[in-house]
Amino acid sequence: MAPLGVAFRTSALTAAMLLTPLALPSSAAAKPTVHTVVMDKMVFAKAPTGVRVGDVIVWVNKDIFQHTATARDRSFDVDLAPGKSARTVVRKTGLVNYYCRYHPGMTGRMVVAAK
Amino acid sequence: MIRRLTLAAGFAVALSGAAQAQDPGPSDPQIAHIAYTAGQIDIAAARQAIAKSRNKQVRAFAQEMIRDHAAVNDQALALVKRLNVTPEANPTSAALEAQGAQKLREMAKLKGAAFDRAYAQNEVAYHQTVNGALASALIPNADNAELKGLLQTGLRLFQEHQLHAEQLANGMGKKKRSSNNHGSHERPMQQPQNSGPY
Repeated sequence: MAPLGVAFRTSALTAAMLLTPLALPSSAAAKPTVHTVVMDKMVFAKAPTGVRVGDVIVWVNKDIFQHTATARDRSFDVDLAPGKSARTVVRKTGLVNYYCRYHPGMTGRMVVAAK
Repeated sequence: MIRRLTLAAGFAVALSGAAQAQDPGPSDPQIAHIAYTAGQIDIAAARQAIAKSRNKQVRAFAQEMIRDHAAVNDQALALVKRLNVTPEANPTSAALEAQGAQKLREMAKLKGAAFDRAYAQNEVAYHQTVNGALASALIPNADNAELKGLLQTGLRLFQEHQLHAEQLANGMGKKKRSSNNHGSHERPMQQPQNSGPY
Protein backbone atom coordinates (compact mmCIF):
# COMPACT_ATOMS: atom_id res chain seq x y z
CA MET A 1 0.00 0.00 0.00
CA ALA A 2 2.78 2.36 0.91
CA PRO A 3 4.43 2.45 -2.51
CA LEU A 4 1.12 3.14 -4.08
CA GLY A 5 0.52 6.06 -1.73
CA VAL A 6 3.94 7.42 -2.55
CA ALA A 7 3.26 7.07 -6.20
CA PHE A 8 0.06 9.02 -5.85
CA ARG A 9 1.75 11.76 -3.93
CA THR A 10 4.54 11.91 -6.47
CA SER A 11 2.20 12.21 -9.38
CA ALA A 12 0.19 14.84 -7.60
CA LEU A 13 3.38 16.74 -6.93
CA THR A 14 4.51 16.37 -10.51
CA ALA A 15 1.18 17.63 -11.72
CA ALA A 16 1.44 20.63 -9.42
CA MET A 17 4.96 21.35 -10.66
CA LEU A 18 3.78 21.13 -14.22
CA LEU A 19 0.82 23.36 -13.66
CA THR A 20 2.58 26.01 -11.66
CA PRO A 21 4.71 27.50 -14.41
CA LEU A 22 1.65 27.65 -16.62
CA ALA A 23 -0.37 29.44 -14.02
CA LEU A 24 2.14 31.97 -12.76
CA PRO A 25 4.86 33.57 -14.89
CA SER A 26 3.13 32.53 -18.07
CA SER A 27 0.55 35.26 -17.72
CA ALA A 28 3.15 37.56 -19.21
CA ALA A 29 4.81 35.10 -21.58
CA ALA A 30 2.29 32.72 -23.12
CA LYS A 31 -1.17 33.91 -22.29
CA PRO A 32 -3.03 34.57 -25.54
CA THR A 33 -3.26 38.22 -26.44
CA VAL A 34 -6.40 39.63 -28.01
CA HIS A 35 -5.72 41.86 -31.02
CA THR A 36 -8.37 43.99 -32.65
CA VAL A 37 -8.52 44.81 -36.35
CA VAL A 38 -11.10 47.39 -37.33
CA MET A 39 -12.59 47.61 -40.81
CA ASP A 40 -13.89 51.03 -41.69
CA LYS A 41 -14.17 53.29 -44.72
CA MET A 42 -13.20 50.46 -47.04
CA VAL A 43 -9.87 49.68 -45.34
CA PHE A 44 -8.45 47.35 -42.73
CA ALA A 45 -6.97 49.44 -39.97
CA LYS A 46 -3.32 48.95 -39.09
CA ALA A 47 -2.44 45.27 -38.76
CA PRO A 48 -1.67 44.02 -35.26
CA THR A 49 1.97 43.52 -34.28
CA GLY A 50 3.51 41.02 -31.87
CA VAL A 51 1.01 38.35 -32.83
CA ARG A 52 1.77 34.83 -31.58
CA VAL A 53 0.24 31.46 -32.26
CA GLY A 54 -2.73 31.01 -29.95
CA ASP A 55 -3.56 34.73 -29.92
CA VAL A 56 -7.06 35.89 -30.72
CA ILE A 57 -7.90 38.37 -33.48
CA VAL A 58 -11.15 40.26 -33.06
CA TRP A 59 -12.35 41.57 -36.41
CA VAL A 60 -14.64 44.55 -35.99
CA ASN A 61 -16.64 45.90 -38.92
CA LYS A 62 -17.38 49.56 -38.21
CA ASP A 63 -18.11 50.33 -41.85
CA ILE A 64 -21.51 50.85 -43.45
CA PHE A 65 -20.67 47.98 -45.83
CA GLN A 66 -20.51 44.26 -45.30
CA HIS A 67 -16.94 42.93 -45.33
CA THR A 68 -15.05 39.71 -44.93
CA ALA A 69 -11.70 39.09 -43.32
CA THR A 70 -10.39 36.23 -45.41
CA ALA A 71 -6.94 34.67 -45.24
CA ARG A 72 -5.39 34.03 -48.64
CA ASP A 73 -4.56 30.54 -47.39
CA ARG A 74 -8.18 30.19 -46.19
CA SER A 75 -7.05 29.57 -42.62
CA PHE A 76 -9.86 31.93 -41.64
CA ASP A 77 -12.81 33.57 -43.36
CA VAL A 78 -15.27 35.67 -41.43
CA ASP A 79 -18.17 37.49 -43.05
CA LEU A 80 -19.35 40.52 -41.14
CA ALA A 81 -22.42 42.66 -41.61
CA PRO A 82 -22.00 46.34 -40.66
CA GLY A 83 -21.52 46.73 -36.91
CA LYS A 84 -20.66 43.07 -36.33
CA SER A 85 -17.49 41.48 -35.03
CA ALA A 86 -16.00 37.99 -34.87
CA ARG A 87 -13.03 36.25 -33.30
CA THR A 88 -10.49 33.99 -34.94
CA VAL A 89 -7.62 32.15 -33.27
CA VAL A 90 -4.18 32.33 -34.83
CA ARG A 91 -3.06 28.78 -35.66
CA LYS A 92 0.30 28.98 -37.38
CA THR A 93 3.43 31.03 -37.68
CA GLY A 94 4.51 33.13 -40.60
CA LEU A 95 3.09 35.82 -42.82
CA VAL A 96 -0.68 35.93 -43.08
CA ASN A 97 -2.19 37.93 -45.93
CA TYR A 98 -5.85 38.73 -45.64
CA TYR A 99 -8.39 40.60 -47.72
CA CYS A 100 -12.09 41.28 -48.15
CA ARG A 101 -13.75 38.95 -50.65
CA TYR A 102 -16.26 41.64 -51.61
CA HIS A 103 -13.80 44.50 -51.91
CA PRO A 104 -10.58 42.90 -53.11
CA GLY A 105 -8.60 46.10 -52.85
CA MET A 106 -9.01 45.88 -49.07
CA THR A 107 -5.96 43.98 -47.89
CA GLY A 108 -3.76 43.53 -44.85
CA ARG A 109 -0.99 41.33 -43.54
CA MET A 110 0.35 40.28 -40.20
CA VAL A 111 3.37 38.34 -39.06
CA VAL A 112 2.76 35.54 -36.59
CA ALA A 113 5.53 34.36 -34.27
CA ALA A 114 5.73 31.05 -32.41
CA LYS A 115 3.96 30.74 -29.10
CA MET B 1 -18.30 49.48 -73.70
CA ILE B 2 -21.34 51.02 -75.28
CA ARG B 3 -22.66 51.77 -71.87
CA ARG B 4 -19.41 53.34 -70.83
CA LEU B 5 -19.27 55.58 -73.84
CA THR B 6 -22.87 56.66 -73.65
CA LEU B 7 -22.64 57.19 -69.94
CA ALA B 8 -19.49 59.17 -70.31
CA ALA B 9 -21.32 61.26 -72.86
CA GLY B 10 -24.20 61.62 -70.44
CA PHE B 11 -21.94 62.84 -67.70
CA ALA B 12 -20.26 65.15 -70.15
CA VAL B 13 -23.55 66.81 -71.11
CA ALA B 14 -24.13 68.43 -67.76
CA LEU B 15 -20.64 68.33 -66.34
CA SER B 16 -18.72 69.81 -69.23
CA GLY B 17 -19.58 73.16 -67.73
CA ALA B 18 -17.48 72.24 -64.73
CA ALA B 19 -14.38 72.53 -66.83
CA GLN B 20 -15.26 76.01 -68.00
CA ALA B 21 -14.28 78.77 -65.67
CA GLN B 22 -17.46 80.79 -66.05
CA ASP B 23 -19.72 77.87 -65.15
CA PRO B 24 -20.01 76.97 -61.49
CA GLY B 25 -20.59 73.27 -62.29
CA PRO B 26 -23.30 71.12 -60.74
CA SER B 27 -24.73 72.27 -57.45
CA ASP B 28 -24.76 70.10 -54.33
CA PRO B 29 -28.45 69.18 -54.79
CA GLN B 30 -27.66 68.16 -58.37
CA ILE B 31 -24.56 66.23 -57.36
CA ALA B 32 -26.56 64.37 -54.71
CA HIS B 33 -29.15 63.47 -57.33
CA ILE B 34 -26.53 62.24 -59.80
CA ALA B 35 -24.70 60.13 -57.23
CA TYR B 36 -27.92 58.63 -55.89
CA THR B 37 -29.13 57.87 -59.42
CA ALA B 38 -25.82 56.20 -60.30
CA GLY B 39 -26.27 53.86 -57.33
CA GLN B 40 -29.90 53.11 -58.15
CA ILE B 41 -29.00 52.20 -61.73
CA ASP B 42 -26.49 49.66 -60.51
CA ILE B 43 -29.07 48.25 -58.09
CA ALA B 44 -31.58 47.87 -60.92
CA ALA B 45 -28.96 46.07 -63.05
CA ALA B 46 -28.19 43.78 -60.09
CA ARG B 47 -31.86 42.96 -59.56
CA GLN B 48 -32.14 42.01 -63.18
CA ALA B 49 -29.05 39.79 -62.84
CA ILE B 50 -30.53 38.03 -59.82
CA ALA B 51 -33.78 37.47 -61.70
CA LYS B 52 -32.08 36.15 -64.83
CA SER B 53 -28.80 34.52 -63.90
CA ARG B 54 -28.17 31.07 -62.47
CA ASN B 55 -24.45 31.66 -62.14
CA LYS B 56 -23.56 31.56 -58.46
CA GLN B 57 -20.72 34.08 -58.78
CA VAL B 58 -22.83 36.50 -60.79
CA ARG B 59 -25.66 36.27 -58.29
CA ALA B 60 -23.33 36.76 -55.33
CA PHE B 61 -21.77 39.77 -57.04
CA ALA B 62 -25.20 41.23 -57.78
CA GLN B 63 -26.25 40.76 -54.14
CA GLU B 64 -23.13 42.65 -53.13
CA MET B 65 -23.96 45.51 -55.50
CA ILE B 66 -27.46 45.80 -54.04
CA ARG B 67 -26.21 45.64 -50.47
CA ASP B 68 -23.39 48.16 -50.89
CA HIS B 69 -25.18 50.68 -53.08
CA ALA B 70 -28.26 50.56 -50.89
CA ALA B 71 -26.02 51.22 -47.87
CA VAL B 72 -24.36 54.25 -49.39
CA ASN B 73 -27.62 55.58 -50.83
CA ASP B 74 -29.29 55.24 -47.43
CA GLN B 75 -26.48 57.39 -46.05
CA ALA B 76 -27.01 59.88 -48.85
CA LEU B 77 -30.73 60.15 -48.09
CA ALA B 78 -30.01 60.60 -44.39
CA LEU B 79 -27.47 63.29 -45.20
CA VAL B 80 -29.66 65.35 -47.52
CA LYS B 81 -32.45 65.14 -44.96
CA ARG B 82 -30.17 66.36 -42.21
CA LEU B 83 -28.84 69.17 -44.41
CA ASN B 84 -32.38 69.99 -45.47
CA VAL B 85 -31.36 69.67 -49.11
CA THR B 86 -33.68 68.34 -51.79
CA PRO B 87 -31.79 66.40 -54.48
CA GLU B 88 -32.42 68.13 -57.77
CA ALA B 89 -33.05 66.29 -61.02
CA ASN B 90 -30.79 67.51 -63.81
CA PRO B 91 -29.75 66.58 -67.35
CA THR B 92 -26.93 64.32 -66.17
CA SER B 93 -29.10 62.22 -63.88
CA ALA B 94 -31.84 62.14 -66.53
CA ALA B 95 -29.31 60.90 -69.10
CA LEU B 96 -28.06 58.29 -66.65
CA GLU B 97 -31.57 57.06 -66.00
CA ALA B 98 -32.36 56.85 -69.71
CA GLN B 99 -29.17 54.93 -70.41
CA GLY B 100 -29.73 52.64 -67.46
CA ALA B 101 -33.22 51.82 -68.71
CA GLN B 102 -31.90 51.23 -72.22
CA LYS B 103 -29.24 48.87 -70.86
CA LEU B 104 -31.87 46.92 -68.92
CA ARG B 105 -33.86 46.47 -72.14
CA GLU B 106 -30.78 45.25 -74.01
CA MET B 107 -29.84 42.86 -71.24
CA ALA B 108 -33.39 41.52 -71.06
CA LYS B 109 -32.83 39.94 -74.46
CA LEU B 110 -29.76 37.98 -73.35
CA LYS B 111 -29.74 34.62 -71.60
CA GLY B 112 -27.44 32.25 -69.80
CA ALA B 113 -23.69 32.66 -70.19
CA ALA B 114 -24.13 35.49 -72.69
CA PHE B 115 -26.10 37.46 -70.11
CA ASP B 116 -23.56 36.68 -67.39
CA ARG B 117 -20.63 37.83 -69.49
CA ALA B 118 -22.40 40.99 -70.61
CA TYR B 119 -23.40 41.79 -67.04
CA ALA B 120 -19.84 41.39 -65.75
CA GLN B 121 -18.43 43.50 -68.59
CA ASN B 122 -21.07 46.19 -68.13
CA GLU B 123 -20.30 46.32 -64.43
CA VAL B 124 -16.63 46.91 -65.13
CA ALA B 125 -17.40 49.66 -67.63
CA TYR B 126 -20.12 51.27 -65.57
CA HIS B 127 -18.06 51.47 -62.40
CA GLN B 128 -15.12 52.80 -64.34
CA THR B 129 -17.27 55.56 -65.82
CA VAL B 130 -18.84 56.53 -62.53
CA ASN B 131 -15.39 56.53 -60.90
CA GLY B 132 -14.23 59.00 -63.51
CA ALA B 133 -17.25 61.25 -62.99
CA LEU B 134 -16.92 61.13 -59.19
CA ALA B 135 -13.22 61.92 -59.25
CA SER B 136 -13.17 64.54 -61.98
CA ALA B 137 -16.50 66.34 -61.59
CA LEU B 138 -18.70 65.42 -58.66
CA ILE B 139 -16.18 65.42 -55.81
CA PRO B 140 -14.32 68.59 -56.92
CA ASN B 141 -17.63 70.47 -57.32
CA ALA B 142 -19.20 69.42 -54.01
CA ASP B 143 -19.29 72.34 -51.58
CA ASN B 144 -20.61 70.66 -48.47
CA ALA B 145 -17.87 68.78 -46.61
CA GLU B 146 -20.15 65.93 -45.56
CA LEU B 147 -21.43 65.46 -49.09
CA LYS B 148 -17.85 65.50 -50.35
CA GLY B 149 -16.94 62.89 -47.74
CA LEU B 150 -19.82 60.65 -48.75
CA LEU B 151 -18.87 60.98 -52.41
CA GLN B 152 -15.34 59.95 -51.49
CA THR B 153 -16.75 56.89 -49.75
CA GLY B 154 -18.77 56.28 -52.90
CA LEU B 155 -15.63 56.55 -55.02
CA ARG B 156 -13.81 53.97 -52.87
CA LEU B 157 -16.84 51.73 -53.14
CA PHE B 158 -17.06 52.05 -56.91
CA GLN B 159 -13.32 51.41 -57.23
CA GLU B 160 -13.60 48.23 -55.17
CA HIS B 161 -16.59 47.12 -57.20
CA GLN B 162 -14.70 47.77 -60.40
CA LEU B 163 -11.87 45.53 -59.17
CA HIS B 164 -14.31 42.83 -58.15
CA ALA B 165 -16.18 43.12 -61.46
CA GLU B 166 -12.88 42.78 -63.34
CA GLN B 167 -12.16 39.58 -61.43
CA LEU B 168 -15.64 38.31 -62.20
CA ALA B 169 -15.28 39.13 -65.91
CA ASN B 170 -11.76 37.69 -66.13
CA GLY B 171 -12.80 34.53 -64.34
CA MET B 172 -15.55 33.97 -66.89
CA GLY B 173 -13.22 34.52 -69.80
CA LYS B 174 -10.80 32.01 -68.36
CA LYS B 175 -13.45 29.45 -67.64
CA LYS B 176 -14.70 29.72 -71.19
CA ARG B 177 -11.29 29.41 -72.79
CA SER B 178 -10.18 26.50 -70.64
CA SER B 179 -13.45 24.70 -70.07
CA ASN B 180 -11.88 21.31 -70.68
CA ASN B 181 -8.40 22.27 -69.63
CA HIS B 182 -7.66 23.09 -66.05
CA GLY B 183 -4.11 23.96 -66.92
CA SER B 184 -4.81 27.66 -66.46
CA HIS B 185 -4.33 27.14 -62.74
CA GLU B 186 -0.72 26.27 -63.39
CA ARG B 187 -0.01 29.75 -64.65
CA PRO B 188 0.38 31.92 -61.63
CA MET B 189 0.31 35.11 -63.67
CA GLN B 190 -3.17 34.22 -64.85
CA GLN B 191 -4.32 33.63 -61.33
CA PRO B 192 -4.26 36.87 -59.40
CA GLN B 193 -3.72 36.13 -55.75
CA ASN B 194 -6.81 38.09 -54.87
CA SER B 195 -8.99 36.23 -57.28
CA GLY B 196 -11.65 35.77 -54.69
CA PRO B 197 -13.29 32.88 -52.96
CA TYR B 198 -15.32 31.40 -55.71
